[in-house]
Amino acid sequence: MRTIKYILQKEFRQIFRNRTMLPMIFGVPLLQMLVLVFAATFDMKKIDMVVVDKDLSETSRELIAKFDGIPFFHLETAVPDETFGEEMLLTDDADVVLVIPPSLERNLVRDDKAQIQLLVNAIDGNTAQLIFSYSAQIIGNFNKNLVAEWKGLPKFTPPTEIAITENYWYNSELDYKWYMAPGILAILVTIIGMFMSGMNLVREKEVGTIEQLNVTPVKKYQFIIGKLVPFWLIALFDLAFGLFIAWLVFDLPIVGSLWLLFGLASVYLISVLGLGLFISTVSDTQQQVMFISFFFMMIFILMGGIFTPVESMPHWAQMLDRANPIYYFMRIMRHVVLKGSGFFDLLEEFVSLLVLGTIFLSLAIWRYRKTA
Amino acid sequence: MKADTIITVKNLVKKFGAFTANDNLTFDVYKGEIFGFLGANGAGKTTAIRILCGLSTPTSGDIKIAGYDIYRETEKIKKNIGYMSQKFSLYEDLTVSENIRLYAGIYGIPSKKAKEKEAELLEKLEMESARKKLIAGLPLGWKQKLAFSVAIFHEPKIVFLDEPTGGVDPVTRRKFWDLIYEASNNGITVFVTTHYMDEAEYCNRVSIMDAGKIEALDTPGKLKERYNAKNMDEVFLKIAR
Repeated sequence: MRTIKYILQKEFRQIFRNRTMLPMIFGVPLLQMLVLVFAATFDMKKIDMVVVDKDLSETSRELIAKFDGIPFFHLETAVPDETFGEEMLLTDDADVVLVIPPSLERNLVRDDKAQIQLLVNAIDGNTAQLIFSYSAQIIGNFNKNLVAEWKGLPKFTPPTEIAITENYWYNSELDYKWYMAPGILAILVTIIGMFMSGMNLVREKEVGTIEQLNVTPVKKYQFIIGKLVPFWLIALFDLAFGLFIAWLVFDLPIVGSLWLLFGLASVYLISVLGLGLFISTVSDTQQQVMFISFFFMMIFILMGGIFTPVESMPHWAQMLDRANPIYYFMRIMRHVVLKGSGFFDLLEEFVSLLVLGTIFLSLAIWRYRKTA
Repeated sequence: MKADTIITVKNLVKKFGAFTANDNLTFDVYKGEIFGFLGANGAGKTTAIRILCGLSTPTSGDIKIAGYDIYRETEKIKKNIGYMSQKFSLYEDLTVSENIRLYAGIYGIPSKKAKEKEAELLEKLEMESARKKLIAGLPLGWKQKLAFSVAIFHEPKIVFLDEPTGGVDPVTRRKFWDLIYEASNNGITVFVTTHYMDEAEYCNRVSIMDAGKIEALDTPGKLKERYNAKNMDEVFLKIAR
């Protein structure tokens, strides 16, 4: 125990004597929370629409007015030429082109039916679908009003459709920032933990100071714990700091228990720090640690469910995610913070992280060699 | 004069792929002596010393350090040895005192005793003023003296020094050797590698390595006699050519 005390004392002294450390500890979370949370949004703020109105009738103008009334539809109207719309799509100046054929009103009156066309820029499939469904909804409503108007309102209208009232739970205002902030925090503490611990260990190899320790009777686990604990505490501190910023700036509601969140985060961090340290025991230089850690980070983050729901991934990918610590922690963060889930709701995540943590940390201790 | 052996090396071989760095080394080191391990750069001195310290494993051979087997009792060996590497390896971002106390703590020296010893040591080295200074700012000669002192702070049975005086002037080297004699007088066996032949004269016995093999092993006086040489420099040139 006393040996660990001396090693920890050394590590803390070195960390806080390093001038890049404090900016890292405070600057990185601040920057990530303030920049990334705003930037990483799927919210539709502005849709650029080009309207090609070939009909120029009262009906077509009414339809266009419907779109114009929606604040996030930004309209470029009254262009009678289709090719202009297509050009706008090509140059990325338009997200969608609405083509109203010349005979819209006439066909409606004569045949009781008409067609209009939506050309959607679908480079980003998600956005394209959103644009399409917004537009389809507007056109559908317009259609219903038209029918009611032309047929004349009967004294008794039989219900023709089931009305849906929405109530969004756990994030009632669909604030995207509330969804992203816990996710980005999860990534943040992962980067801090995994990179810092790994880089720190391999730096001792590069400088050669590790040899002086290796000729002493220091135990392998003592050395690894000395490298783990400081960054474990720093990452937990950054989690608290990040949550504080999110609460201050985005009004992020923290519904669940903070004790539970930090308890689970502690287990989670042992798994990623363990992995970071394991990587550094198999590497000789900081570049190697960076490269290998980055490889794992990319996979973990992209498969962790921050941007894309894990449930939509193919089955085999979901199975792979069982070994992805970020996947569990992403769920923990969002469920505890937004939904207020309790320990037993997250039992599976807890057990999985415990298993992964034990594996990674044991690997790190096992692979750390006092003798080359 | 047959003293107790403290290091026994039999048929030590270390290969890196096809390259043989240590080719069948066999020698004994006696308790309390200053044993010089000489050779040109690349002769295999550092490889051998790293194996004796447990930093590297031999390809084959039987080695006993302070009575412990190098394969099975590595951790016991580590309690009984000190090591000063060729490359300065104290923590540059810790102060003189912090470095001393860190290693004192790791070797299990009670902190009260460590404090007293530290004060004595710094007085002896005339480094009291540097106690709270970061190592990074010290002159090389000071760093080397400090690294040596840290290596023997826990009073090991044997201390291994790998080219401890590389890169410093003859006066500083002479002073460094005073420290080595003092440690030797206190009963610590000294195993030192060097390629300065004047330093070889200070050793009780020397072995001379060339291309991975030990070519000669005896006291400096007998070696000079056998090779009919005025000084160790000539002995070395006759052996290594």
